[in-house]
Amino acid sequence: MTTPVLTDAIEEGARPEPAGPPPDRRLRRLLAILASPGLVWYALFLAAPMAVLVVFSLGRRAPNGGYEAALTLDQFAGLGTRLTPFLNTVRLGLIGTLLCVIVAYPMAYFMATRGGRNKTLLLALVVIPFWTSFLIRTYAWVFLLGNRGLPEILDRIGIGNVRLLNTTFAVLLGIVYNYLPLMVLPIYVSLERVDVSLRHASKDLGAGPWATFRQVTLPLSAPGVVAGALLVFVPVLGEYLIPVLLGGGQTYFLGNALADLFFQSRNWPFGAAVAVAFIAVIMVLIVLYTRMTKRIVAQGRGTRLL
Amino acid sequence: MTDLSRTRWIDRGLRTYGMAVYAFLFLPILVVVVFSFNAGRHVAELTGFSFQWYVTAWTDPFVVRAFRTSISIALTAGLISTVLGTAAAIAMPSLPRWLRRAFNTMMNFAIVVPGIVLGLSLLIFVVSATGWLNDWIGYLFPRSDFRLGLGFYSVVAGHSVFGSAIVAILVRTRLASLDPQVIEASADLYAPPVRTLFTVTIPLLAPAILAGFLLAFTFSFDDFIIAFFTRGQEQTLPIYLFASIRRGVSPVINATASTLLAFSVTMLVVASLVNRRRANRPGVQ
Repeated sequence: MTTPVLTDAIEEGARPEPAGPPPDRRLRRLLAILASPGLVWYALFLAAPMAVLVVFSLGRRAPNGGYEAALTLDQFAGLGTRLTPFLNTVRLGLIGTLLCVIVAYPMAYFMATRGGRNKTLLLALVVIPFWTSFLIRTYAWVFLLGNRGLPEILDRIGIGNVRLLNTTFAVLLGIVYNYLPLMVLPIYVSLERVDVSLRHASKDLGAGPWATFRQVTLPLSAPGVVAGALLVFVPVLGEYLIPVLLGGGQTYFLGNALADLFFQSRNWPFGAAVAVAFIAVIMVLIVLYTRMTKRIVAQGRGTRLL
Repeated sequence: MTDLSRTRWIDRGLRTYGMAVYAFLFLPILVVVVFSFNAGRHVAELTGFSFQWYVTAWTDPFVVRAFRTSISIALTAGLISTVLGTAAAIAMPSLPRWLRRAFNTMMNFAIVVPGIVLGLSLLIFVVSATGWLNDWIGYLFPRSDFRLGLGFYSVVAGHSVFGSAIVAILVRTRLASLDPQVIEASADLYAPPVRTLFTVTIPLLAPAILAGFLLAFTFSFDDFIIAFFTRGQEQTLPIYLFASIRRGVSPVINATASTLLAFSVTMLVVASLVNRRRANRPGVQ
């Protein structure tokens, strides 16, 4: 569900807190009343469900599925038994993220250095696919890679028996395709902020294009790469649609594991423990992410997406 | 190779690469749209132009009903998100520090945490809470069949938690670009705070509020994963599409998907056009 208004959020992270409360006390009271429905809503539909999740993770599985009240850490102790799907998720998630970096970096570099007056348009063209339905974007590849799609065309030109759908390749392709915008944007933002005069200075001092890129541009855009990697890695871990539709259930992600635990085996306490552990991992990654974005913002003004 | 020609080669290479990535991003979607108009059933069977799959899709009562459900969920979630998100953005600065922190944390959490976590936590929350409430309802009104459970409203709850955060970010960004003197002027002219809010602040924020609504609407309309966990018996269009895709690729899915794409792209373009209208207005820096 990550960051639609991405660069806004990047700037948000490091913006100084908004100016102090307005002077008028009546106004202040009015504004406090204005905020309360939202607060209640979030307490009810975000904070309370998270609390229930933690409570469930400390419970026991009822004999016929669901939850039975208890106070035990058994579920967390049992996490180790499901290490294989978890490590599998992490491995594919890392490979997918790395592929995203490899595809996205030159793209972001192109947009930032060759965009000229069309930068807004170039950005919009990256953002628009991201805002269209995730399900349909994934389906497009099901349609293309399925037996009656590309394999049939390959068959006609003499390359028979190619299986594309329901492979690890298809899953990785799905990850790169769906999450590429999330990687391009932060890298673009960080490249955009690299002062042109630094590159000129490097050139004047006798460095070739490659040396300038390696010694000036790349280090300065590294925070963008790290931010992008985290933005992609977190949702990929929780991915459900890509492994189900493109992996044919053979590659198992944390997201599938969760769906199975809640719908098939109905082991809610264990599912809750997996989810709580997942949130904990996300939190650690977010702390890293915030540090990185602070560094990006420290480099200068931002670019907005909408 | 001279330095100049090398730069030119790099330049050309980057441009080609850029175009290739755009092709990668758009071609698959385009293929789906093109084949929704194809008379044949498969990629290898390009046999001519036809609207038949659209007719098949949109005369299917299941598709139509799922579409209606999706629209009502998206409208409800979009409206709730707009009201809550706008109010939150305006009120946030004047809240006590701890409350502001808590609010901010919850909103960032809603944006950052994958939808599957939001969905499943809402699922177990609603199931536990309504189980408890239904006992009370059964006790208080023994003859009533009314029971609470997963369905329309739990999907709306999940979508609006995310949607409000989007609206709040958009409105807050615009709020930060407003000239505070305009609002102070209104107060200096003895306008009561409520009046200032409704005649000065909110009109100035209108483009961001509208764009926020459109984005929250589009998100809800396209969402699969939150609805997957919280829907109960409710069938939204993405849920219906997912089930059809698992049964196999078909041109009818292409037609349904293309309609949805056209729908959300239109919303997006309108949202970004509306939100761009920031310059040349009094009170906006």
